[in-house]
Amino acid sequence: MAEMPVIDTGKCNGCGLCISVCRCHALVLVNGIISMVETEECCWCTECEAVCVSSAITCPFEIVIEE
Amino acid sequence: MDVKIEFLQSIPYYSGLSPAELESIRRFTFETAAQKGEVVLLEGETSEKLYFVVSGVMKIFKTSANGKEQILQIVRPGESVNEVPIFDGGVNPVSAQAMTPVVLYSIKRSDLETAFREHPQIARNVIKVLAGRIRRLMALIEDLSFKPVVSRVAKILLEQVADETGPRPRLTQQEMAALAGTAREMVGRSLKTLEESQAIRLDRHRIIITNKQVLQETAGVSG
Repeated sequence: MAEMPVIDTGKCNGCGLCISVCRCHALVLVNGIISMVETEECCWCTECEAVCVSSAITCPFEIVIEE
Repeated sequence: MDVKIEFLQSIPYYSGLSPAELESIRRFTFETAAQKGEVVLLEGETSEKLYFVVSGVMKIFKTSANGKEQILQIVRPGESVNEVPIFDGGVNPVSAQAMTPVVLYSIKRSDLETAFREHPQIARNVIKVLAGRIRRLMALIEDLSFKPVVSRVAKILLEQVADETGPRPRLTQQEMAALAGTAREMVGRSLKTLEESQAIRLDRHRIIITNKQVLQETAGVSG
């Protein structure tokens, strides 16, 4: 299963800005709340996180040292 | 939920205490848990308990009037939280939020005072802990005052992998910005710069440190 951005549905105000910036069409509105469609094409551009005014989407990075 | 003597023994506050002394401390210590995202301490409120992180990671931060966050510290297992209101009796100068599910041990201010009286070694340990805290905050002031953003971001990345065995919270660009005292956009730009210098590689949700030496040079720290 591909790692996907994290959505806090309690914070989502349904504005849909994230849908407009998502390059891989991974986001949809379901009953006025944002929902994620799992896709391998999500490139972790983090633009959904950047435009979200209510901090409902986060794209956390794992930080590792190359083996 | 049992408070573990072995854990108490491992934390700097109780360094050098005998098993019997630790047993007496255990009577005052209580276990509590917080969910990921839960705010454990809120800036401006009063609080009566000192906390030790047993497992998980918390962030300590201040929030400006317009909602900008500055993270002062990421607290890992063995470290303590909330000394300032416990020792000066004022309100919390910072907020604390769980970045992962967290288990905490707590001790009330009045019980800590009793422990100080009964075991003076604890007071000596606390002075050392607080001196270390001042040293770390001075380093933060130095970074914010003198270092360019890309150096601060490089240092943050190095700090996350410094402890090979401890928990590593995942960080969003917003959280990195709050640690570096800058805007989220500047973090994005800095990560690109670090990638161009081949210090790191961005692999979807992973930041891979590919050249630690270059990253250390950029951060202005020695290996």
